[in-house]
Amino acid sequence: MEPSGAALAVEGLGVRFEGAAAPALDAVDLAVGPGEVVALLGPSGCGKTTLLRIVAGLTAADRGRVLLDGTDLEGVPTHRRGIGLMFQDHALFPHRDVGGNVEFGLRMAGMAPAERATRVAEVLELVGLPGWERRAVGPLSGGERQRVALARALAPSPRLLLLDEPLGALDRSLRDRLVPELGVLFRSVGVTVVHVTHDQTEALGLADRVVVMESGGVVQQGAPEELWAHPANAFVARFLGFANVTEGPAGTELVRPEAVALVAVGPGEGDATVTNVVFHGAHWNVTVERDGDLGPLEAWVRSGPVARGDRVEVVIDPAGRQHL
Amino acid sequence: MTGRPRRGRWWRVALAAPPVTFLVVFFVWPVAAIVLRGLRPGGTWDLSAVGDVLTDPVIRRVAWFTLWQAVLSTVLCVVAGLPGAALFARYRFAGKRFLWAALLVPFVLPTVVVGVALLGVLGPNGVSGVDLSGTLWAVLIAHVFFNYAVVVRTVGGTWSTLDPRLGEAARTMGASPWRAFREVTWPLLRPAVAAASSIVFLFTFTSFGVVLVVGGIRQRTLEVEIYDQTARFMHLDVAAALALVQLVVVVAALAWFGRTQRRRAVVLDQRPAVEVARRPTTRRDRAFVAANLVFMALLLGVPLGVLVARSFSTSGGWGLGNYQALDTVRRGSTSFVPPLDAVWNSLLFALAATVVAVVLGACAAWAITGNGRGSSPRWARWTDTALMVPLGTSAVTVGFGMFVAFGQAPLDLRSSLWLVPLAHAVVAMPFVVRLLVPALRSIDPELREAAGVLGASPWAVWREVDLPVVSRAMAAAAGFAFAVSLGEFGATVFLSRPERPTLPVAIYRVLGRPGEANFGQAMALSVILMVLTVVVVLGIDRLRPVGSAEF
Repeated sequence: MEPSGAALAVEGLGVRFEGAAAPALDAVDLAVGPGEVVALLGPSGCGKTTLLRIVAGLTAADRGRVLLDGTDLEGVPTHRRGIGLMFQDHALFPHRDVGGNVEFGLRMAGMAPAERATRVAEVLELVGLPGWERRAVGPLSGGERQRVALARALAPSPRLLLLDEPLGALDRSLRDRLVPELGVLFRSVGVTVVHVTHDQTEALGLADRVVVMESGGVVQQGAPEELWAHPANAFVARFLGFANVTEGPAGTELVRPEAVALVAVGPGEGDATVTNVVFHGAHWNVTVERDGDLGPLEAWVRSGPVARGDRVEVVIDPAGRQHL
Repeated sequence: MTGRPRRGRWWRVALAAPPVTFLVVFFVWPVAAIVLRGLRPGGTWDLSAVGDVLTDPVIRRVAWFTLWQAVLSTVLCVVAGLPGAALFARYRFAGKRFLWAALLVPFVLPTVVVGVALLGVLGPNGVSGVDLSGTLWAVLIAHVFFNYAVVVRTVGGTWSTLDPRLGEAARTMGASPWRAFREVTWPLLRPAVAAASSIVFLFTFTSFGVVLVVGGIRQRTLEVEIYDQTARFMHLDVAAALALVQLVVVVAALAWFGRTQRRRAVVLDQRPAVEVARRPTTRRDRAFVAANLVFMALLLGVPLGVLVARSFSTSGGWGLGNYQALDTVRRGSTSFVPPLDAVWNSLLFALAATVVAVVLGACAAWAITGNGRGSSPRWARWTDTALMVPLGTSAVTVGFGMFVAFGQAPLDLRSSLWLVPLAHAVVAMPFVVRLLVPALRSIDPELREAAGVLGASPWAVWREVDLPVVSRAMAAAAGFAFAVSLGEFGATVFLSRPERPTLPVAIYRVLGRPGEANFGQAMALSVILMVLTVVVVLGIDRLRPVGSAEF
């Protein structure tokens, strides 16, 4: 069985790059429990990748500490940290085949060739590429490269695995398939995972806990359901994909799109006009423009197709109105 | 969002120390010795020679000619070499590997022999029927003949790792093939073109033997003038002043090339060459390949063919007579040893020179490029530029300077066998650096970081990532270094001991003896040198570290 994951603690981490106006990270605290899967969610430039690089020892912090199972990593070079990192564009070694890539960390650890072969076969099996050892990495597809990169990061059994936009380059269906797959895999291996992404579905689907970051700081963290149910502010709400966020003198209000009902009415009737309809399979994502400059409103509608230009009556379930 | 690397940069300085020290001892000191000897005769400064030289209208004309013929030659070489680079980067064809190595042959042939071979085509009784000897055209053609390989191999090497989809992307956006080349391929190739141009410029600027032979008395370069002033008239002060002028131009040109190269450096997504090259399929492809091969055959094949033909031509008709005469010392000859001994001397010296040049050049290249994150420190950029200076310094000055500097304490090397390989290493090291630096710069820093995260120490990262990825450039660099050593003449002629001649020196000696038989023998030795080069360069090209695939 795999060793269980390590606990990661980041305390007061700060860094400002040469010539930058604002710090890339500003006094960031983060605690990740053993075996926990945490997603760092935020737009590009929010500092999430920098945080990952500091934990891996690839970038130096100006202030703060990184602790792995209570041990300060200050002064410990990257190669002695025992942390796995999967790069955004995978960084597979072009001069080695799949097996050569996956066994790299084992070789660095001084494992005997026979044991290495066993372990490589085992990890390739785990990521769904059994027997791919001798394939060249050049012709692999994006999804295959992603799996090889994952196998390579997992092979040395790191106690902490860092993922930098691991599914970023993949197509939608592949991502949708991989998200639950990865979730199962991480939990079966027992490794602690910090997963950086800008995709909220990926973060919500994969993580035990989601940490939302904005301009070098943590804005909110919590279980995916908790985050989804109670976004802390307009930024988080918008980043999670909610369109109906209004900021006024009375505070910030969120109208949950599933709480908006649209009743089809005749021309000239009702209080809003449909401006856009996007079919999502399980529901339609309908945007309406309300009369009287009340602004656009998004609704998730399950039945009765409406078309652009249709007049509708907007009915909002009071439970779907939230003050943030 | 790259951030700063965690570790200090002390190792880069430590790596730069050996090559810099080497150049200070074996290049700066000798050149300083010869310049001082010229400008401080009898222990007091006498700068009147510099003034005389700068105001002498004849010398000003020579300096001006030297400069613009070098610029023109460089442009011609690039124009002639780019299609060849495209050929090797984009197409697969029979004999490609052999041709890649064979391209180096003109580059390493002794200048005198090349001159004679070209005269066989373009001279008074040349096979082309056109007599260009003594004209600027003869000099330019000779320079293209010499330096074609520099452009093709340097640019072709980079080109073969360019993703062809970049050009295809431009095509889909409505760019014509020419436009796609100009907008996408060309900007990405520019660092390699700049690297090749800088080498060609320095060579043609200090061109000596070939100008002497094909340029006649009308086309004279600074190098010819320096040689004459040193060896013929013993005007060391004038020679020293000329060497200074030459050095100033070279340093200025290098500084300019260094700046343009840094500005244009782009991280390239390297792809294995096998994936990129394809067989010519369309009519257009085939016409392009055929036109290139015909051009190479005309430019490189004809003069070399004439050379080979003459080596088999004896007074009694075609035969091996010239070759058979090589392993004997003839009575009354000026040789101390059979000319064939020179083959072993050359191989031995070249081996030693290659090891020294590759080890030191690699140290310098890694010191200059660092780990690829962040911008290069100023000292690294200066080192990069300074290491190129030996390429542009007159070989005559270097050779004579070493002869003067190492003939006395504290370093009396004149009787040591090391002097020749060390001189060759001085000239070869810049090639190694020029070939390795772009290759190292093109490594994605993430590959090194990925290795580090997987537990590779900095040393292991170097061994597992840098070394295999640049192995091809390393092999090319070793090939170049070996070839440079095999063909070096200007410095060697001052430094080699009479009983230990290198092949070019032996050829020069045999040429110096009058008679049709001696000329034939010189041709035969040149053919041996040519074959040796091809075999060695082919061999080194195949020699790759274990574990590195076709890359």
